[in-house]
Amino acid sequence: MNHNAWLGRAAAGAFWVFLLFPGSARAVPLAGYPLMTAPVNLTDRVSLQRGARTFVNYCMGCHTLRYVRWSRVGRDLRLNKRALRELMFLQTKPTQMMLNAMPVQEATRWFGAAPPDLSVMVDQKGVNWVYTYLQSFYLDPNRPTGVNNAVFYRVAMPDPFWQLQGLQKVVYRKVSENGGTVDRFVRFVPVTLGTRSPVAFRRMVGNLTNFLYYAGHPDELKRIHLGIWVIAFLVLFTVFAYFLKREYWKDVHRKHPHEK
Amino acid sequence: MNQSETVPNSPAGWGGRLFGWIDARFPLSKLWRSQVSEYYAPINFNFWYFFGSIALLVLVNQIVTGIFLAMSYQPNAHLAFSSVQYIMRDVHWGWLIRYLHTTGASLFFAVIYLHMFRGLLYGSYKKPRELLWIIGMLIYVCLMAEAFMGYLLPWGQMSYWGAVVITSLFGAIPWIGSHLEIWIRGDFGISGDTLNRFFALHVVAIPILLLFLVVCHLMALHEVGSNNPDGIEIHENLDADGKPVDGVPFHPYYTVKDLFGVGVFLVVFALIAFYAPTLHGLFIERNNFKPADFLQTPPDIRPLWYFTPYYAILRSFPNKDFGVSAFALSVILLFLMPWIDRHPIKSFRYRAPMYRILLGVFVATFLFLGYVGIQPATLFWQKVGLRISELYFLFFVTAWVYAHRPGRRALVTTFGIALAVVLLIDWRFYLTSIAPLIWRTLVIPVAYLVVFYLIPLLWPDGLRDRAVPARVTFR
Repeated sequence: MNHNAWLGRAAAGAFWVFLLFPGSARAVPLAGYPLMTAPVNLTDRVSLQRGARTFVNYCMGCHTLRYVRWSRVGRDLRLNKRALRELMFLQTKPTQMMLNAMPVQEATRWFGAAPPDLSVMVDQKGVNWVYTYLQSFYLDPNRPTGVNNAVFYRVAMPDPFWQLQGLQKVVYRKVSENGGTVDRFVRFVPVTLGTRSPVAFRRMVGNLTNFLYYAGHPDELKRIHLGIWVIAFLVLFTVFAYFLKREYWKDVHRKHPHEK
Repeated sequence: MNQSETVPNSPAGWGGRLFGWIDARFPLSKLWRSQVSEYYAPINFNFWYFFGSIALLVLVNQIVTGIFLAMSYQPNAHLAFSSVQYIMRDVHWGWLIRYLHTTGASLFFAVIYLHMFRGLLYGSYKKPRELLWIIGMLIYVCLMAEAFMGYLLPWGQMSYWGAVVITSLFGAIPWIGSHLEIWIRGDFGISGDTLNRFFALHVVAIPILLLFLVVCHLMALHEVGSNNPDGIEIHENLDADGKPVDGVPFHPYYTVKDLFGVGVFLVVFALIAFYAPTLHGLFIERNNFKPADFLQTPPDIRPLWYFTPYYAILRSFPNKDFGVSAFALSVILLFLMPWIDRHPIKSFRYRAPMYRILLGVFVATFLFLGYVGIQPATLFWQKVGLRISELYFLFFVTAWVYAHRPGRRALVTTFGIALAVVLLIDWRFYLTSIAPLIWRTLVIPVAYLVVFYLIPLLWPDGLRDRAVPARVTFR
């Protein structure tokens, strides 16, 4: 216990040192930072299960999925009863929505903005944006949380994955564009080592993004499979309708031979 | 059974007897004959004539899916956003019903725009179809109100701020504007009260009006008869039985043909509803996935794609009164089309080459205005929007001039007046800081005026109409 507390203090100390890192202080949003492509695959059930675990462990302290039911997640992700119970360790009933215990008014005071519900966040921001956002925190001593984000300037949220990814600072170049100066993104430079390798971290964020995509579109697989049958039927219907029309119109064309 | 109650030639058997019983008390077979099986339509309908029946189908789709949505939707500022998510997730087939409704709303406008364009192509607004066109325009205005009010219901950011912008337009009306604005909103800003009344108007009042107008539209159509791609009246050429030589009964010929058109349309509809229901933010905007927040104005407020041509006209003027007037005028001019273009030849097929170019440029103008309306409201897009808006209005001027078979003097005079008006607007909204932008974009209306008013001076054949054939043609 004592050992852990010392470790925590050391980490916090290191964190504050890096907050004072010069060269990271910036006053304008970063330009020229491209979005990455999120690996969304709703048929990859293992990825969704791992994403759900990451969500519960790292996001749910502050964020909710207030339109998603635990039982629905259990059913769609093929979790057995025990796995679902382990996932929802704070809740009592699987028919409840995925809510948390964060008091909204307090949260607004702590962060400056209440952590939003994430049920439809991928639709609001775009799935590639979410995937990029979660990997793009960098040190910025001007921010109260010590970090800023390359796709969300002056973000209120602290970096939830700073231990897993490791802290990074941004290298940028001042460029004049359209008569003004902008900070053009060059690269991120790691400052501390993460507990996960860059590849494993990226995969973890990918799974989490995939799960958030699922949370926004729980019926998408059904929709895609059903669509094939509906469209196949409609195409068949249209072909029959075409031949029916041609049959009926034969006598019109016979009656009006002067037209070509 | 009383013999006098049965209709002669009614089919025998149980069904026939029931049919006869109804027919003796209600003009069922009479209506069927006069409106469908003996309504003669020209034989030469082409691709553009599918969209009337398709519009009717989409209307039915909107009503049926709308009824099911209303069963689970909550018109309450605290519950509206959540109830939409409830429909999408917990209501059986709720996602399908909602996507059919949202896709239907956008495709309704696509179909109506194609339907209206057909009217422009073949002069379907000309005598004796002026009232038919006006009823159609009333349907279009109702549809705009219906779509606008329906868009508030999901209570997302775009719903909310779109409603703030559009209802504030009424504030620009002199004298009564500010009172009217509050009366429409039912509050000093957009609130739960606005949501409630928009729900009532969206599901009850306007649909009833819309259905009534659609019935009127069909009655007016069947009174004057359908126009056709050649713009020739088929009822002026009858055979010995008094039937139009170049007509066929609507049923079965056009019912089976429209069935095919409906099939193709439904394939497109299903492709969008099942595989791209938001159509990359075009049919359902990203910002509408964020609940309405009256403290946070989004950086770009814009309506859905079907309003963006008018939105571009509205915001291309830096002055609100000018913008709202231009917006109102852009719709009013469409109403006046039968009196703007009074050229005796209906179809563009036999109109002069310059008129055909004019129509083509008008289509490009409308589409490009739609594109400008989607762009952020920067000075550049505002100025480009103003130039394209000028082309939109110049279309009506030019159509009016061309309808009167102008001589050289009329062309030059109109050129001068139009150019003066364009320059007057530039002078009124002149800003030194954007002077280069103003002068550079001036080339757009000037080029337009040169093409449509000065080129005919050098090319008189450009204004020469072609001979209209006596009978309709198949292409």
